[in-house]
Amino acid sequence: MRSVLYVLTTLAVIGLAFWAYRENYATQDSLAQTDQLHRDIRAAHARLAVLKAEWAYLNRPDRLRDLADINFDRLGLLPFRPDQFGRVDEVAYPAPPLLDITNSIEVSGILPVAEVSE
Amino acid sequence: MTRTPLRPLARILPARAAGQSPDEIERENRAARHEEMRDTARQRAEGRLLVLGVFFFCAFMVVGFRMGLMATSEPVEPRASAQGAAISAARADIVDRKGRLLATNFETHALYAQPPHMIDPIRAAKELAAIFPDLEEEKLAKDFTGKRKFLWIRKKISPEQMQAVHEIGDPGLLFGPREMRLYPNGSLAAHVMGGASFGKEGVHAAEVIGVAGVEKYFDDYLRDPANGQRPLELSLDLTVQAAAERVLYGGMKIMNAKGATSILMDVHTGEVISVVSLPDFDPNNRPRPATTGDQSDSPLFNRSVQGVYELGSTFKIFTAAQAVDLGLVSSNTIIDTKGPMRVGGFPIGEFRNKNYGKLTVSDIIVKSSNRGTGRMALDIGVKRQQEFLKSLGFFEATPFEIVEARTGKPLLPKRWTDLSAVTVSYGHGLSTSPMHLAAGYASIANGGYIVAPTILKQNGPRLGRRVMSAPSAKAARDMLRAVVTSGTASMGEVPGYAVGGKTGTADKPKPKGGYYDDKVIATFATIFPAHDPKYVLIVTLDEPVETSGDKPRRTAGWTAVPVAAEMIGRIAPLLGLRPGVEPGSLTDITLTSSN
Repeated sequence: MRSVLYVLTTLAVIGLAFWAYRENYATQDSLAQTDQLHRDIRAAHARLAVLKAEWAYLNRPDRLRDLADINFDRLGLLPFRPDQFGRVDEVAYPAPPLLDITNSIEVSGILPVAEVSE
Repeated sequence: MTRTPLRPLARILPARAAGQSPDEIERENRAARHEEMRDTARQRAEGRLLVLGVFFFCAFMVVGFRMGLMATSEPVEPRASAQGAAISAARADIVDRKGRLLATNFETHALYAQPPHMIDPIRAAKELAAIFPDLEEEKLAKDFTGKRKFLWIRKKISPEQMQAVHEIGDPGLLFGPREMRLYPNGSLAAHVMGGASFGKEGVHAAEVIGVAGVEKYFDDYLRDPANGQRPLELSLDLTVQAAAERVLYGGMKIMNAKGATSILMDVHTGEVISVVSLPDFDPNNRPRPATTGDQSDSPLFNRSVQGVYELGSTFKIFTAAQAVDLGLVSSNTIIDTKGPMRVGGFPIGEFRNKNYGKLTVSDIIVKSSNRGTGRMALDIGVKRQQEFLKSLGFFEATPFEIVEARTGKPLLPKRWTDLSAVTVSYGHGLSTSPMHLAAGYASIANGGYIVAPTILKQNGPRLGRRVMSAPSAKAARDMLRAVVTSGTASMGEVPGYAVGGKTGTADKPKPKGGYYDDKVIATFATIFPAHDPKYVLIVTLDEPVETSGDKPRRTAGWTAVPVAAEMIGRIAPLLGLRPGVEPGSLTDITLTSSN
């Protein structure tokens, strides 16, 4: 009876040791992964900040104004003036589409080609 | 251990036989037994003490060891926690009212040298001088070969320069990471931004500190790590600011002015939508402050809040508004503006010695009569005038949130006599900044409430105390509108926006007393649309001259007004103001008759 207890205890110790060993490595793995994620987040933040700054730099009013001047021939952009305001009812709606004519009826006298040629 | 009985027969029987008392033997044995028990107890107690001592020793050793370990180890960030990214060490961004970026951070590198680690200092110096043309080769070589163990070479370098330095390949040239403040819009709103520079510098990091403008005023907020993700929202509008700068720059050049400033302010919230001061600078590369000459000629000088000038006739509307508010006059009251008029022995004259004769209060403003406003000021009295101007904020520096605003303290007359009251009524003898004037006009425009100018985005109206009644403010607005429709500011009309405003042309004071004849400050203070004002615009030109006519013209009507009109035409659409038809005044019914 006692020997069975010893064997079981030993097995339990071995099992726990193995579990602790695995947990240790799993934790280290997780920590490494977290570190990597943190690094990625930092890098992404830095990249985002650079992109935002670049976006703001490319959209700075001076540059847009110069580009509008350079491309005036193609775009014809002018500063926004008060006389460019309009009202909705001044906008012409697109003309309603014409109805499809599916069964046309000849109402004027068009003669068949053969008769004209006579 | 064998236990000795207390009365062992072996000893008792012989003792009894000898006629001795057996009790002696029992006592003896009892004493021996007690001694034995005492020894055992002591031994056990000593053993316990030892165990306890060992336990405490071990416990204190563990505590001490752990303390030593913590004291000697490098601090590390907690690695397993998930919220490391919420706190950011970077300085917070600054954005405009629509979230467009005005200031942000940029990662760059600083270059430093450790001469003891250098392999070929002379070659390194030569190559560095080739990369950075402003460095001197001889000086670098001297530093590298001398006794110095460490020196900074450049505080900020671009990635290309960094690569070039890498290619020198000298192990004594090292890089430190740096966060650099970047203003992507260049000189746009330069005076508001101010600029930033490095504070304490280390190899691994350097602190970025604001040196002027909002960067300095809100330094604590911007540096707080908890605010890393929350940008500072300003009331400025990037597009409006850009358009205003463009128009004002053009106006300054056309009018041959040496400086100019404009302020656009929301009359209900006090938000400053655009504030321009020219000449300006690039906050990415802030120039050094001028050490010689006039500070006001430096591009760093912010005319809108630091430029304390006599703003001339623009002040007349305050006198008129107060006189109406006190019930002394109405817009139609006739006042005689005929000369001569002497106050305290000092003659009060009109522009070009004109004589307007009898004028209504409204016409006094329209024609800008000094004597007319002077007479109203005398009726109001020194004390009431002071109180009114004080309540409008003309006695203190503005609460505008940039550090320079604190230095823009108004200059008041030393003794406020009747003469001062008269001159102040038409804007002389009291020097204020254009920002003060904007706040004063906002009170007239919003129906009589004081409003403090602010650079921060607001959520709703921030009207303060009432300083004049709504009907008086309305009367003042009607006078301002009349100035544009039929007075000195006729060039200020912008179709659809019902501009109202008042011109002011003040001679510039000489540094040693007296006034220049040919140098003026021309100001146009406007509200638009006059029937329901939303914005106040102040345009001030410093020493403008308009030379299209036979004689040079310097009055605000010829200089500041056309610039302001052009500016309103440009920025009002950007503000989303649709040009509208001004509500016409109904014809008064004076007599009704039933037959």
